[in-house]
Amino acid sequence: MKIREDYEQVGWRKLIHWVNADLQEDYISKDHVIHDQLHLKENAAQEKNKRIDELKSSLQALAKTHGKQWYEKSYRIFSIFVAVAMIIVLLGVVSQLPSFGDPSNPANNEVSERYIESGLQETGAVNIVAGMILDYRAFDTLGESHVLFIAAVSVLILLRMDYGSDGKLRKTKGIRDEGYDRMYEPRNDLILQTVTRLLFPMIVLFGIYVILNGHISAGGGFSGGAIVGAALILYNNAFGFNKTKRFFTYNTFKWVSFASLITYALLKTYSFYTGANHLHSGIPLGEPGAILSSGLILPLNICVGCVVACTMYTFFTMFRKGGM
Amino acid sequence: MNLVQNFPFLSIILTLSGGVVCSVLKGSNARKYCYFVLTSVLVGSLLTMAYVLSTGESYVYMMGHFPAPWGNEIRVGVLETIMASLFSGIMLLSLMGGMHHIFEDTEDTKSNLYFTLVSLLSASLLALVYTNDLFTGYVFVEINTIASCALVMIRYRSGKALVATVRYLFMSLLGSGLFLIGITILYDITGHLLMENIAQSVSVLFQTGTYAFPLSVVVVLFSMGLAIKSACFPFHTWLPGAHGNATVSSSSILSGLVLKGYIFLLIKIFYRVIGMNIIFHERATNVLFIFGVFAMIIGSIKAIQEKDLKRMLAYSSVAQIGYIFLGIGLGTEAGIAAACLHIIVHAITKPMLFTACGGFMDVSGGSKKFSDIQGAGLRDKLSGIAFIVGAMSMIGIPFFAGFISKVYLTTAAIEYSSIKTVVALAALAISTLLNACYYIPAMLVLFTHPKTEKVHTHPRSKEMSLSLYIFIGLNFLMGCFSQPIVNAVIQGIAMFR
Repeated sequence: MKIREDYEQVGWRKLIHWVNADLQEDYISKDHVIHDQLHLKENAAQEKNKRIDELKSSLQALAKTHGKQWYEKSYRIFSIFVAVAMIIVLLGVVSQLPSFGDPSNPANNEVSERYIESGLQETGAVNIVAGMILDYRAFDTLGESHVLFIAAVSVLILLRMDYGSDGKLRKTKGIRDEGYDRMYEPRNDLILQTVTRLLFPMIVLFGIYVILNGHISAGGGFSGGAIVGAALILYNNAFGFNKTKRFFTYNTFKWVSFASLITYALLKTYSFYTGANHLHSGIPLGEPGAILSSGLILPLNICVGCVVACTMYTFFTMFRKGGM
Repeated sequence: MNLVQNFPFLSIILTLSGGVVCSVLKGSNARKYCYFVLTSVLVGSLLTMAYVLSTGESYVYMMGHFPAPWGNEIRVGVLETIMASLFSGIMLLSLMGGMHHIFEDTEDTKSNLYFTLVSLLSASLLALVYTNDLFTGYVFVEINTIASCALVMIRYRSGKALVATVRYLFMSLLGSGLFLIGITILYDITGHLLMENIAQSVSVLFQTGTYAFPLSVVVVLFSMGLAIKSACFPFHTWLPGAHGNATVSSSSILSGLVLKGYIFLLIKIFYRVIGMNIIFHERATNVLFIFGVFAMIIGSIKAIQEKDLKRMLAYSSVAQIGYIFLGIGLGTEAGIAAACLHIIVHAITKPMLFTACGGFMDVSGGSKKFSDIQGAGLRDKLSGIAFIVGAMSMIGIPFFAGFISKVYLTTAAIEYSSIKTVVALAALAISTLLNACYYIPAMLVLFTHPKTEKVHTHPRSKEMSLSLYIFIGLNFLMGCFSQPIVNAVIQGIAMFR
């Protein structure tokens, strides 16, 4: 049968289409193109998924292969074996060590004897521990406070979000700020706030008391600083960052740590230098038991306390929202 | 007391507080301050070395008003001052070599913290070198651990660096933990933390035979803990990731210095805390010897398989650490001297190779894969020359630094005359061949014309050129005029007893 070339354009044909509710040809062809494109995209996506699936299944197959399974099993058994062997050896060592509290132990020698017997006259500190860590062995404690500092710096490097010089966040992608952090608790808890209002000043005061009396009674910079840090964390939990921002920002951390560590280093440099060169330091020891006594121990305790409090609070804020 | 004698103490304090000062400065100022601190420490250490060499005996420096078993003290001898000068000098050169990478790889607001880490790391290395007290040693091992992990982590864009850091952190903490347990047990059975007093009590314990089992466990814990931290063979798995993914300066510092700090501490403990005769009796040297031999061969084989220049250099470090442990494993004075020489040689060579690798990355669009760095030695000629010098030195060609330490290792092995001699010589020969097997192909890749068109290049900074020139000069100096350094090292080890 011969069909005219423009048969599809003829009015009769269009009418038939209309009657049969067929779609027009050009419409169909357009749809077809779109359909093809969609199909291509789908195909690409499917292929991609397929590749991922293949990769996954090959990985799973690898995980299920005999060698890998054997490796994982033997790895587990071997690590358990190593751990058990280590525990047995160390328990064996402990059983052979000098018994606890025996006066004839090697550790009870002239070193601890001098700490106990003449610690009070030599350092002026009633609390022998404070005298030991901040006068006899102050170099170790200097290192130890720098351990805290470098730990805080490392956490800052890892978790602090990039704030520009204008104090605003550089990039916003994937950042969870305080709004997110408040998703499940949009309003501050009233009970917590009321209790914190009562407790916060007392805890801070107690922390300061522990720091300032470090050379007289039990305590000192490390424990007092931890108490103050805990108080700051409690306050932050109760009132949120908007309130703590008013008195504790990144700059506070920076400058307080800087000031206390530099003061510590300078004071100890003076005392190490005079000690090694057999010069008289000229620092009065004062009367044991008085608050202003025992030479450098009080200022050093204050420095250590500041560093510890700042470090603790910084850890908390960094882990909570990556900023202060 | 002479003014020069104060310099070791002042350099520790200066670097410690330098880290604190850098944390409040801006990046560029922190850089200047860090340069100032490291340069003054270098000058101070060199002056102290001259002083100790002229008097010919070591001295102890009281940290405070109380003498040793009660207070802290540091001990300064020839070997300590050599190591202190080496560490501060190489730290300075590594920083200079990778300076613009530091500012690219860190966030703008955190680039000053890089210098904080570097400064505190130098403080801890100096303290590890000078300390005469085990607990002081442990405190600074802590600083060293955190600082070196953070130096890998600070490259914030790289996920691989974070994964490598986690691995490094775990292994490093395991090492610290074993070391700490060792110190605790040793304190319990001797009652001392000062090295001389421990050595006295330990020799008494050894003669009477009391606490024999805890003592051997202490030796094991110290050796294992410090071997993990210095990436000795079976514990080296963390090293390629950490050194391969860190920023250029960090890789140089970690492979050139951080590993060496722990090895030096181990040598110090062997000599000055436990005593070499007890170490021999416990056969710790034999174990370390075997580890060293395996590291030399397996590290090299792994390096041959690598397709990434930096990771290849990292595996090469594993092999070179093996050389050092081989020297320690011989246990003789000549062996330890050769190990110390290899510490020096590797410290002046490997940072140069990493710095040169940074130069190649600049002219190859930031990639360090062998396929991308083809012809990089032609595009950046100075880095290319530095790489050749470093590779020659690592292979052990005469007139380069590496030759000297290999000669002394070989002589020490021959003097030993037992089965260890044969094993050591065989391992040295095989490892040298294997070294050539991966350095020569790397050089061929670097100096063949690339097929691809020109890639975007980054101009080499003056600091980097200067540091490469100094590195090359140091290598030739060490290779051609090594006798004074060898004499000083031998004198220093004699002072240890």
